This record gives sequence, structure tokens and C-alpha cells, in this order.
Amino acid sequence: MSILIDKDTKLVVQGITGRDGSFHTRQMMEYGTQVVAGVTPGKGGQSFEGPDGKTVPIFNSMDEAVAATGANTSVIYVPPAFAADAIMEAADSGVKLVVAITEGVPVQSMARAHAFARDRGVRVLGPNCPGIISPGKAKVGILPAQIVAEGPVGVVSRSGTLTYEAVFQLTNLGLGQTTCVGIGGDPLIGTNFVDCLEAFEADPDTKAVVMIGEIGGTDEQEAAAYVKAHMSKPVVGFIAGRTAPPGRRMGHAGAIISGSAGTAEEKVRAFEENGIAVARRPIDIAGLVQAALA
Amino acid sequence: MNIHEYQAKERFRAAGIPVPPGEVATTPEEVEAIARSIGGMVVVKAQVHSGGRGKAGGVKLAKNPEEAREHASRILGMEIKGLKVTKVFVTPAEDIATEAYVGVLVDRKSQCPTFMVSSEGGIDIEEVAATKPEAIRKLKVDPRYGMLPHQAYWLANTLYDDPALVKQGAKVIGQLYTAFVDSGASMAEINPLISTKAGAVKAIDAKMSIDDSELFRRPEVAAMRDTSDEPWEETKARDAGLSFVKLDGNVGCCVNGAGLAMATMDLVKYYGGEPANFLDIGGSSNPDKVVAALEIITADPDVKVILFNIFGGITRCDDVANGIVEATKRIDIKLPIVIRLTGTNEEQGIKILADAGFSAFTSMDEVVQKAVELAKA
Repeated sequence: MSILIDKDTKLVVQGITGRDGSFHTRQMMEYGTQVVAGVTPGKGGQSFEGPDGKTVPIFNSMDEAVAATGANTSVIYVPPAFAADAIMEAADSGVKLVVAITEGVPVQSMARAHAFARDRGVRVLGPNCPGIISPGKAKVGILPAQIVAEGPVGVVSRSGTLTYEAVFQLTNLGLGQTTCVGIGGDPLIGTNFVDCLEAFEADPDTKAVVMIGEIGGTDEQEAAAYVKAHMSKPVVGFIAGRTAPPGRRMGHAGAIISGSAGTAEEKVRAFEENGIAVARRPIDIAGLVQAALA
Repeated sequence: MNIHEYQAKERFRAAGIPVPPGEVATTPEEVEAIARSIGGMVVVKAQVHSGGRGKAGGVKLAKNPEEAREHASRILGMEIKGLKVTKVFVTPAEDIATEAYVGVLVDRKSQCPTFMVSSEGGIDIEEVAATKPEAIRKLKVDPRYGMLPHQAYWLANTLYDDPALVKQGAKVIGQLYTAFVDSGASMAEINPLISTKAGAVKAIDAKMSIDDSELFRRPEVAAMRDTSDEPWEETKARDAGLSFVKLDGNVGCCVNGAGLAMATMDLVKYYGGEPANFLDIGGSSNPDKVVAALEIITADPDVKVILFNIFGGITRCDDVANGIVEATKRIDIKLPIVIRLTGTNEEQGIKILADAGFSAFTSMDEVVQKAVELAKA
């Protein structure tokens, strides 16, 4: 099994005709994801040319796309100015999961969009995230499919390339993954570490979890407490930003030490105090997972 | 993006908050003239993107225009937390009866704008939270409804006993929420919000941080950016679309992805080196970005070695390698460059780099150790 997406995922791509949207739609289709519809206002009735002669119908709105195709998941590649509204449109359309890749969505707009989606019982992943891949089943987002393999490890992370680094090592050690989830680098995200840990704990095929955090906020600290209280499966952790100066944004909008809160040290301590093995170097992550599964 | 006190006061004034008048000056002569036109006692305040201006001697009370001029000549040019003061704000001194604190920021956990108010103003709110938490009242604002009048009143009630002051305080709290939303702020703060002996509530200080993601739709706020007290490298990096933070070490880092960039800095430190910077070059293989990154890194005289750490995911390693080779042809670099390239098409990528004469690695651990070794040589 896997979490959040699988072979039954029927995906609609919001912003399918844009540069990023069209490139990644082809990649997702090549991986075998069922892309059933695209949405670009004003281009309804046209169709998107996918790989191997496959085509995807384009609709003007999410409402029409879901009504016509029965899509249950959406992925968003629209520009920052329109992304929050696209999330709310998706949340009103009947899909259950909305994956928002877009980086740079205003935080106040996201505060409204998250509240809107929560009221409708719709899960948002991101924004500013690389998406999610369940090896051998489906991929939604921009994660590189070449580096993953099927297997027993669940991966959840706030970062993109650092996740690829960890996943690549796992795969090279023969440790495949049930699902890899990038939850995003923004301060306000729809799905957090605890949500993913809960899902991995409930998934019978997941035998161990890798959790990759970074400076800023308290998500990792809450996740650590959750691990101690509720997880039976081993969790291996890594925290980026031990050398980050306070008060400076380190690339991700959410990666900032505010005052004395959100430091790498306090997160590492929370992990260690709650039974999570912490990798000091990225190269140690896969080895710790191997040891935990032995 | 942080804005200055005088700029935050403009935003506050536009929202209707009572803010005493004042003007910005860059020379002692201007300060004297402004003080003369204001008349009476004035305050001369350093305008830098930093807290602790008062403690550093950057805020001074002057009895007359001559004294204002003297203060200005000392404050202009001084450094506060490493930032050089080039502007001062001159404003009338107020007859203060009480000092309160009113602030709002976007809380990550509740995902709502959250107000914090306290009757203990004029000092750092973190200090109040630590020593007298009962003096603080908090409120989450539902961003869909905004600040409701009874909520503002409930907050103001904790600041004052006098109903006339409570009424004014509630109005200011509602107006601060308006300024916060209309400016696309991530944080807005009045500390202190004073009441005068004559019974008027006024904001005599103002602090505001703007969410960078809001700037594209708020040109009037974006125009408030003042780069005069930031390192030029950070200005250039922002213009080139790179994420860059200057640090004190000698290993120049050039990495794709923010998380991997932080992890690379951490690993440099782990092996006994010191990173010179944080730099996220993004997901593209565009040589222009690599050129801009190299120009910024090599301008730092402390840098002894340049370390690339690239994970080719969607971007293929051969593309990235070609980008690096192309960029290093365009700019003359004397420093050693070590490159780690792994992921999709890594064999081709490594070959391209090796053919161009670079030491290329596939292991992050090895390349970082090599970089630290070269930096120490």
C-alpha cells in the first residue's frame, strides 16, 4: 500500500497548458499516473498531447473537469497570483486531495485558502512542495521518478532536493519506498509531519519512516511528541540548518529562526528525546534506516 | 522584507492610526531645520532594519534644534548591530502617561493572523512573555471575517481601565489589522502604543515586515525597499533570482534547493570548515544564474574554494554540467572549484566536467571534505 495517492488516483492538472504544467504532466503520465483532465480557463474543449499518443481533455473550470471525469485529486502549477484561488476552486469541486506545487503564494492568501479547504474536508498538500510519489503506482508533482523504488520505507520532508538525496541513498541500498511526500517549505502548509506519520503508521506496508525537517516553526517538535505517543514503527530523522543564522530566511519562506525559536538544536533534541534516531550527515540517513529494519 | 519605522508609520497613518508627525533626514543640518519647524522637544531616531536602536544609543531626546543637530551628527554614521545608520527620523517628544504593546503576526500553528497585546509596553514583548505572561492577551483572527469590533474591544480592555482610552485603543487595534492586511505584512507592531497625560492614544513607534510573496501585487510597498544597509551581494542575488545569505566563512557554496543548501553548509561545518554563504541556485541549468552566483561568491575576498553541490532530479546532470562549464568560460576564476553532481544522467554530467578539467564527485560527503581541505590549504 501507500499513502495519499495510488493506482486509483484520478488526477486533474490545474494549469496544464503552462510551461511547468505541461512538462510535468508528461512526466506524470509516463510514470503511469492516471491524468484524466486538465484545467486552463479559456482553453476548455481543447486537448493536451501527452506521451505515446495519449491525450487529456482540457476544461475551463474544476467543476466541469470533475463532473466529466470523476477526478479525485488535483495538482496545481498555476502562477502565485492565482494559486490560492485555484486551491479554493479545487476544494469546491469535489476532489479530496489538492497538491499545490506553486512557490511564492502570499501567506495571508494561504491563511484564507487553508481555512476554506478545511471547512470542506479537503486535504491540501503544500504549497511550495515537490508533491508526492508512491513508487510503482502514481506520482503527483515534480519528484524525479528515476530515483525511487518500491519498498518498505515512508519518507516525509519539508525540502525537495534534500529529499531526493535521502531517497536516492535508500534506493541504492536496496531500500525502496511506499510513498515519498514533500510537505513544502512555506510557513503555512496544508499537510504537516503529524498527518503523514499518522498515515504511515496506519499503512501496513510501511515498516520505517524517514522524516526530514529544517529550521523554523515547531512542526518537528510536535511530530517528535507524536512519534513517542503513537508510533510503533521506527523513525529516522534529519534536520537541516544547524549553521543557519537567526532571523534570516534560508531560501524557503518558512525556514527562519524567529528570535530564539525554531533552531535546529531544539528540533534535534526533540527528536532524540522522543526515540527518533537522528542522522548527523545526510549520508547516514539510509544506514540508520537499514539498522532500524534489521 | 523589513521596512523602516518611518515607512511603517506611513502605512499606519494611511489606515487611520494616530501617529505623531515627523520627517526623515540624512544630514544634521536637515535635522536641525526639521526640529525648528516642529518646535519644542523632539526625538531623533536612527532608521535601520534592526531592533535595539534605543539601547545602542540610536534614539535621543533633544530640548532644542541645536541639540537635535548634535545628536544627529553622532547617530548618522554609527553602526547598530553591524548596520550603518544613514537616515534619522525626527518627531515631537510626547507627554507619556502609559505605554502598551500591540502586535500582530501570522501564526504558523493556527494558520491565522494572531494579535498579542499587553499593558506592559515599551520593552521587548519576549521579555514580558517570559517574566509576566499574565500581562499578555492573545487573539486569533479568522482571516475570512477579519477583526470584529467586539474582539478589538476585548483586546483593548486589557490595556486600559479608562473607558475613553479603551475606545481609542480598540479603534487602533482594528486599524492595525487593516494596515497589516493592506500592506501584505507578515508582522506589524506598535511598541509602545502610548496614552498621553491629556488622554490621547498614539503610536510612537512602528515596526513592520512585509511578506516577500506579496510584493508583486503591492508596488507601493515594494518601492519601500531600502538596500543601503544590506550587503550588495544580497541585492545582486535577489535581482538574479537567487536565494543568498552572506556568512563569515571561506567555503563558497552553490547548491540547488534550499534544504540541500542548508545541509551542505552544515556538512562543511561538520568537517571543520566554515561556509561563506547560503546559496540556492534553483532547479534550472541556466548558465546566467551560475554566472551571477559565481560573481557573487568570488567577490568575497575571504572565499578560498567554491563548492558546487547539485542533485539532478528533474534537471538532468548533463544539462547542469554544461551550464557550469559555459558559465566558467564567461568569468575568470582563480579559485579552486570542486563539484558534486549526482542523480539523473550523472555519468554524462561527470564526463562533461572531467573533460573540462574540473574535479567532479558523486558523493556529497567526499566533495565537502575536499572543499574544507582546500580552504585550509
